[in-house]
Amino acid sequence: MAEYSWPRRGTTSLIDTEQTRIDGVAKASGAAKYSCDINPKGTLVARAMGCPHAHCKIKSIDISLAKDVPGVVLVSPAKAIGDEIQWQGDIIAYVAAETEGAAAEGVAAITVEYEMLDVFVDDQHLAAAEAADRTGKPLSNVQLVNEPGDDEDEEAFEEAEIQRLLEASDVVVEGNYGINVITHMCMEPHGSTCEWNGDQLTAHLSTQNVSGTAGQFADPLGITASDVTVHCDFIGGGFGSKFAADSWGVACAELARQTGRPVRLMLDRDIELKTAGNRPSGFIKVKIGADKNGVVQVWDSQQWGTSGASGGGVSQGVVPYVFDPENRRRTATSIATNAGPQRAWRAPNHPQAAAITHTAYDDVAAALGIDSYDVFLRNLDSVSNDKADVYRAQMERAAELMQWKSKWHAHGKGEKKGSVVTGLGMGIHTWGGGGHNSTCRITIHPDGGVETALGSQDLGTGTRTVIGIVVAETFGLPLDAVNVKIGSSSYPASGPSGGSTTVAGVSESNRRAAQDALAQLNELVAAKLGVGAADLVAKEGRIQASGDASKSLSWKEACALLGMTPLEVNGEFRRGEPSSLSSSQVAGVQMAEVAVDLDTGIVKPLKFVAVQDMGLIINRKTAASQIYGAVIMGIAYSIFEERIMDLQTGAFLNAELADYRLPRLGDIGEIVVDLWEPDSEYERGVVGLGEPPVISPGAAISNAVANATGVRVPVLPLTPQRVLDALGSA
Amino acid sequence: MSHVQAPEASVRPTKNVHVELTVNGEPREFLCAPRESLLDVLRNRLGLTGAKEGCNNGNCGACAVILNGVPVNSCLVLGVEAAGAEVETVEGLAKGSHLHPLQQCFLEDAALQCGICTPGFLVSAKALLDRNPDPSEEEIRLHLAGNLCRCTGYDKIVRAVQDAAKANT
Repeated sequence: MAEYSWPRRGTTSLIDTEQTRIDGVAKASGAAKYSCDINPKGTLVARAMGCPHAHCKIKSIDISLAKDVPGVVLVSPAKAIGDEIQWQGDIIAYVAAETEGAAAEGVAAITVEYEMLDVFVDDQHLAAAEAADRTGKPLSNVQLVNEPGDDEDEEAFEEAEIQRLLEASDVVVEGNYGINVITHMCMEPHGSTCEWNGDQLTAHLSTQNVSGTAGQFADPLGITASDVTVHCDFIGGGFGSKFAADSWGVACAELARQTGRPVRLMLDRDIELKTAGNRPSGFIKVKIGADKNGVVQVWDSQQWGTSGASGGGVSQGVVPYVFDPENRRRTATSIATNAGPQRAWRAPNHPQAAAITHTAYDDVAAALGIDSYDVFLRNLDSVSNDKADVYRAQMERAAELMQWKSKWHAHGKGEKKGSVVTGLGMGIHTWGGGGHNSTCRITIHPDGGVETALGSQDLGTGTRTVIGIVVAETFGLPLDAVNVKIGSSSYPASGPSGGSTTVAGVSESNRRAAQDALAQLNELVAAKLGVGAADLVAKEGRIQASGDASKSLSWKEACALLGMTPLEVNGEFRRGEPSSLSSSQVAGVQMAEVAVDLDTGIVKPLKFVAVQDMGLIINRKTAASQIYGAVIMGIAYSIFEERIMDLQTGAFLNAELADYRLPRLGDIGEIVVDLWEPDSEYERGVVGLGEPPVISPGAAISNAVANATGVRVPVLPLTPQRVLDALGSA
Repeated sequence: MSHVQAPEASVRPTKNVHVELTVNGEPREFLCAPRESLLDVLRNRLGLTGAKEGCNNGNCGACAVILNGVPVNSCLVLGVEAAGAEVETVEGLAKGSHLHPLQQCFLEDAALQCGICTPGFLVSAKALLDRNPDPSEEEIRLHLAGNLCRCTGYDKIVRAVQDAAKANT
């Protein structure tokens, strides 16, 4: 097997430098075509009709009026008589029409009779869910140093041992914490443009999963995946919600088949938010026992939350987050609500777990009147990964950037200027980030042209540019010499972009293929130059003998040795296989400084510091962008955004951008991003970065608000109302 | 309990209207229904898909264009209202292969990620610099507060607009 490796640090021309996106001009000029922009001649516009009720049965659907609306071409029910609807916005029918207006009018002309059923959407109150019989069986997981005797009842022992440990602790902190449901709010909603050529389907799908969705179209359409091509050159946001063809994608293809015309079906914003995914809520009641230094001795928690009609909530497997004290009991109860189903949202479970448990750790600091930094530091011996030393070093760096020590004051003891107080908070996180399965095909043409093709996708993370950098670096060529072809299922399969798996996966396959291709080309060059192939290096557009520039060929001259036939080489990486090119597992420390207006309850971020490791950095520019973006998304769910449900009707009250509050340019404060990169990071190869920096903002900002005010605002987002309520009850 | 969702009162489209205007300096004409938004006209009738539909109710700014020198959300303007107007879209920012300084700075400063909000930000920022070539950071943040980015590149967008302003002066 060939030995694959990265160039030594400091010897690269592209890797580990700042490179501008290779698709940036297309995006900045309006030329980039997203799925919503695909508009072949004769395209029909389709709209979905969402159910206005959160829980009901369908008694009848009358589409006769809709069919008569001028411009309407086809009306297609998506539900049958007797079907039970479990959330508002579930799709009842589709209308395909000549124009947007006709489609909307067609939807409005559909008459549906519903049988109303009991609604339950209150995920914040466990007792209410139990009373409504909406809870699943509580799941417990207990870890104790001491074990029960052979004849002891296990549960009774656990209860007694937890109580004993709590009583033996120097301080016991009890608290309630929570984080509400949010949506993905992709600026480009879910959807596709579908067109048929005979029995061949082309689906221009807004997707994070170009290689994995063809089969999802094929099966319900009664064709095979080989009859389907999925295209996605550009995607306007996914964040974990766009891995599937989805029922509306299949419906779009079916409408196109039945009408014999291309059909574009993008979800309306309100249906998008109600039905196309959200992040589960998490609420928790915690009792912590700690010693006088703030080191946690015992953790006891009961949590609950919802992922929609199927129950769910935040996994207890990450509670408490990162810290894993020797003695802990955690119980999780799932609540089924009449709300849309969850989908993966950037670092599933982690942001919520951080927000509802690192806040409890911070309250230990508050109770003892000691620095939160010291409490986090002293508990690092119990982290569940092997990153304790990394956290220590990152904390020191973050504190320096934040000027933590000089700004710190005890909780609620800071200076008050008018009605405004300021405070500091922090959080730490962890994530895997190992590469996904990836195959690619690199072609070197006899005229010197280079292309790589793989069924990957660029979510805006810079995947295209990363691939180009890896290939160009390997061949010693400028970045623009490589034609990067992604975004089609007709290319060699590469994994879905989720879980921070893409950069490592595509870097692996492309570096391998490029090193193999270069080795083959070098054999030809070596024969021509009369040197050993192993002595050749590719750099600055030439292949030359190491240490003897007089023996060299230009890249083009070298490629001409291929004769008439291009050289094609495939590269492959399988997730989890040991490799010197990539690894997994990162740490990360974040600190927030906020101002809180005690009169209005408004929380304003002043400064945010993010220190993040990520192994070898391919493109410093897009790596930093990922962290900036993640932090701002974190600020969004910490202070602004949430799904607001009407408890009586189950209506999603703010399912429009007019009402769903997101931060805008003036809402974010100063952000300091620090790429944590000692040589050991470069040496361990590429690790994904998309998820980790979005995890800690909830904890850091909530802790900063608690530090500023001396009061814990228990539930995120920290809206003015919640802050005022907490202050009023303090 | 039973509930019937009644059809809403329908507004039938009347016959299409002929509209002439200038888009990115070029005279254009089209036929559109009176209820069609300028956004729909640009995207579906004139083939200019740079302006995006993020919300269709004026809250995201992804559809921003400049109408007679004023930045507007084109989803809130009717196509027929644009008769005789001068419209600038993101497609008109570059002159041939020469990018507008804003476009250049957005690229160099990494002020875009997925890129779907980028046309709206660029157009809004151009309208600001046309009116005020040397805006303060606060003015930039205020002026661009109508544009949403989810990825989110806010911090770098502000820097890019500042750098473009410097490049212009």
